[in-house]
This record gives sequence, structure tokens and C-alpha cells, in this order.
Amino acid sequence: MDAVAYASWLFIVSLGMTLVFGVLKILNMAHGSIYAIGAYAAATAVSLAVSLGLPPAFSLVAMLLSAVAVAVTVGPLLERGLLARYYGRDEVVLLLVTYALFLMLEDVTKLVWGVNPYYVSEPAQLFGNVLFAGMRIGGYDLFLVGLAAVCGLITWYVLNRTTSGKIVLAVIHNPEMSASMGVNIQRVYVVAFTVGVFLAALGGAFTAPMISVQPGLSVSVIIISFAVVIIGGLGSIQGAAVGALVVGAARSLAVHLMPEIELFSIYLVMAAVLIFRPEGLFQSVKARLI
Amino acid sequence: MALLAAIVLILAGLLAPAWLQFLVTMSAANGLAVLGIVVLMRGGGATFGQGMFFALGAYAAALVPTWFGIQDAVLRIVIGTLVAGLIGALFAPLLVRYRGIFFAMLTLALSMVLFGLLSKSSLLGGSDGISIAKPTVLGMSLQSGNAEYVLYCLTVVVSVVAGWLVSVYWNSAAGLMALAVRGNPLRVEYLGASARGSLGTSFVICALLGGTSGAITAQALGHVEPNFANWTTSGELVFVAVLAGYRRVPAVFAASLLLEIVRSFSNLYFPNTWQLVLGVFMLLVIMFRPEGLGSLWPVAARRQADPGAAVPPLAEGQP
Repeated sequence: MDAVAYASWLFIVSLGMTLVFGVLKILNMAHGSIYAIGAYAAATAVSLAVSLGLPPAFSLVAMLLSAVAVAVTVGPLLERGLLARYYGRDEVVLLLVTYALFLMLEDVTKLVWGVNPYYVSEPAQLFGNVLFAGMRIGGYDLFLVGLAAVCGLITWYVLNRTTSGKIVLAVIHNPEMSASMGVNIQRVYVVAFTVGVFLAALGGAFTAPMISVQPGLSVSVIIISFAVVIIGGLGSIQGAAVGALVVGAARSLAVHLMPEIELFSIYLVMAAVLIFRPEGLFQSVKARLI
Repeated sequence: MALLAAIVLILAGLLAPAWLQFLVTMSAANGLAVLGIVVLMRGGGATFGQGMFFALGAYAAALVPTWFGIQDAVLRIVIGTLVAGLIGALFAPLLVRYRGIFFAMLTLALSMVLFGLLSKSSLLGGSDGISIAKPTVLGMSLQSGNAEYVLYCLTVVVSVVAGWLVSVYWNSAAGLMALAVRGNPLRVEYLGASARGSLGTSFVICALLGGTSGAITAQALGHVEPNFANWTTSGELVFVAVLAGYRRVPAVFAASLLLEIVRSFSNLYFPNTWQLVLGVFMLLVIMFRPEGLGSLWPVAARRQADPGAAVPPLAEGQP
């Protein structure tokens, strides 16, 4: 059961990264930093809600709103102001650019929120515990599973059943052709990146009740979401879901059977997938250039 | 030229205070690891896993005193280098099948696997790491008075020799082919050479240099820890590599020294914003000087990249 809860958390966090890669072909190393910003913003929002005397259920809405706020401010700013200047360059150059961004955002969060940990536990206490088949499950974990399912379904629905979603799919497959057909590529890029930022911030916001929010969050998250995204295939949503389940299962197995390898069981799986099927489990195998 | 640099540095070191000697020692050691990354960058691969070889060299140098009783610093460095090079040669056939971000991600994953192994292994010190007994250098034991200076001289000699060897490689046929592989591997294959072989060679050189760097750092710090293999360590080295560029060897060591100075300075005065400064600086370098600091010597760049051409072969801004 905790594998599924962990996998849901992974899925929410990694969905944004795979979406950004699919559309913009950028492997965003700053994804973890945005996750951390989302967590901090949620902590601030919840304590604001509590100090305003609002009912505890409102804290969930506060967290959602904080994620939206982060996405709307940070997303377009980063994409237009920074990343757009480096389009057309090698994808490794963009990787380095997002790495530089990660460094910068690390310190920005420290400057804005300080280095002391924040605790925001009200939302988790809302849900209590549930007895299910003889096991005690945290209600908040179930909520996360539901949230992950909702996110995944909404994303899948928007991409596959709405016109704008299909336009985004077209841009993923062939930006040049889409531009010739009259699609506003710049707008698609900005929107896709903003949605990716929103999902990262959402992941951070809804994780905040489970942990203490402090510097260093982003580093631990980046590697894990890389592993998930690469296992599932960059740019594939089903891949992110399957990748999350695989990593969640691997980690739970490791924790229960051989706790020493917990840390690197995930990287082993990632290395194995990279070796045998580098496109990930859900990508079509592309023709190899040398 | 290299010999002159070595002599000048060794003599200058006599005048420098101990903390400056240590600073230069550390920056030269890091510079060696960065040199490895630069060799690989020039050959067409981007690595976020140099920490793996850095840690391998460091741990090898740390463990041989306890396991085999080897006290000599030079021997420890040689062993550290060879261990890292061996592991690099083992993984090279696997890694050269990939390019671009997959190559980078695979090196990162392998590095993190090593990090996990080292953190959890109580035999190898766990997350606290291992302390190292003071080495002897070519038979002399180090007193506390001149320990820094002797290590400084040793590091300078090793760095100059390594830098000279690398520049020899860069001007050789194999090295020039590496540059071609970076630009267009498909064309290299059609011309009859092996792009994968060239990338493999670059990778093994990178591993060797990483091991040397780790071994020297282990001696200078007196302590090794699993964090050497963490991707954040590799990330810092990549930053210096981007700053230095792949055109000139001295640029690598200059950039490494610059980073150490900035790091010491900002740790003292702005502990919470120096990563911000690093990030901004890196973005500026990528935007305005994508070939790194080394490209500030345009004549040398032209001569090194294409000895026969009258026109600089690679335009600014091309990957």
C-alpha cells in the first residue's frame, strides 16, 4: 500500500517534468526547485489561512491556490525570459541552463523563506486514519492517490480529447510542421511550461504536510523524478504513471527486504532501463544515429 | 612552456602562506577532474557523473593505507588513478552507445548508484567517510610545517604533467578526431573511423583524470566521504568545465582557481547567495561565451582546432 502512495506522489511530481520534456524537449533540472517553491508557498498559504481564522478544510484550497499562483508567476517568466533565449541550441546546453536555474532558485528560496524548516501539518490531520483490510492507512495517503489519479486523468483527457490538447500533441510530434499549419508555437511552449510548473508546485504543495519544508528538498526530488521519467519514457504520460509505479514498487521492496539498498535500488532500475531500453518503456524505439 | 610554468609555480609557492597553498592545491586537484570533463566535452559527451571517478580515486587512495599499508602519496595517487581508469574502461563500451542527455543521465545514475553504495556500506565508512593517515612523499615524512607546501608541489607537478599530456593528446590525430566526433559523429563513421571508439577514449581519459583528482583531494583533505559521488559534486565540476571551455588547458585550471576563490570569499560573506551568483554567471557564460574562457585567446583557438585552415572552422554559438 505504501508503494502505491509513494508512487502517486512520484507521479504528480514527475508528470510536469515529462510534459515539459515532451513539448519543449528540455530536461528541466530546476523542476525540483519549483517543487520546493511550491512546498514553501503552500506552507506560507496555509499558515496565512490559519491566521485568518478560516476553517481547516480551506487549507487544501489554499494549497491549490498557492500552486496556481506559483505557476502563473514563475512559469511564463522563466520560459519567456530565460529559456526562450536558448532554443535551437543543443539539448545538453539547455540541460546546463536548467542546472544553472536550479542553482539560482535554490538560493532564491533561501533568501525569500529563510533556512529554518516550516511545518504545515493541518491538512494531513484533516484526514485521519482509515482501517482497511486490517492495515492502518493514513487518510492523507489515500487523498494523494486520488489526487494523482485526477491529475493523470485530466491531463490525458485534455491532451487527447480537446482541440487545444491535440494541438499540443501536434507540437510535440513536429514543431516545424505545426508552425507551418498556423499554430502559435510560442504560446504552446509558454502554456506547456506553465502547466509543468503548476504540476511541480502542486506536488510540492501537497507534499508539504508530510514533511518538514526546508532547504535541500529539491536535490532529493530531482533525481527521483529523473528516474521515473526516464523509466517511463520522456514525454509520455502513461510512461510517467508506469515509471512511478515501478519506482514505488522497487523502493518499497527494497525498504521491506533489504533496507541498505533503498537509496540506490532506484538508480539501479534507472540504469538498467537506460541500458536496455533507453527511450523508456513507453516510447517507440527510434532509429539510432551513431 | 609547461616546465616553465611548473618551476614558476613551485617557486611562487615558497612565498605563499599555507592557506593559499592549500587553496591552490585544492583548485588544481579539482582542475584535474574538470580537465577530464573538458576532454570528454571536447569529444562529444556531457557527463554529470565525474563524481563517480572522483570518489573512486579518493576512496582507493584512502583504503590502500589501511588495507595494504601503502604510505607513499605518489603511489596512492597512481593507484587511485588506475582504479578509476579501470572502472571507466569497464563502463565505456556501455556508455558510448548513447549521446546527449541519455549519456549524461546514465553517468549521473551510475554516479548516484556509487553514492548509495558508499553511503550504506559500513565497511567503507558509511556516510561519515574515512579519514586518511598522513602520507609520506617519496620516502620523506611530512612534518606539519611543510606538509602543505610538499602537497602543493606534488599537485603542481601532477597537474602540469597531466595538462601537458592532455594538450599532446588534443593536438594528436586521435584528439582532433574527437573534435570531429563532437561536431558530427555520423560523418566520422562514414569517413571510416570509429566515433564510439573515440568517445570511449575520451571517456577513459576523463575517468583517469577524475581518479587522479580524487586521490590528490583525499590526501590534501585527509578525509573522504560518499558525497564525492553525489551529482551535486559533479554539477560543480561541470560548471567549471562550462566556464573554462574546451579550447585551452590552462583555462581549465584558471577557471577552477577562480571558482575556489569565489567560493571561499562568498562562504565568508554571502553564504546564502553564492549559488545564485554561480547560476547567473553560468547563464551569462553560456549565452555570451559558449566556448568558455579558453576562447578568449582567439589565435590559439584557431591554431589548435584546425592547423591548416586560415579561417576559424567553428562559428561562435555552435554546439
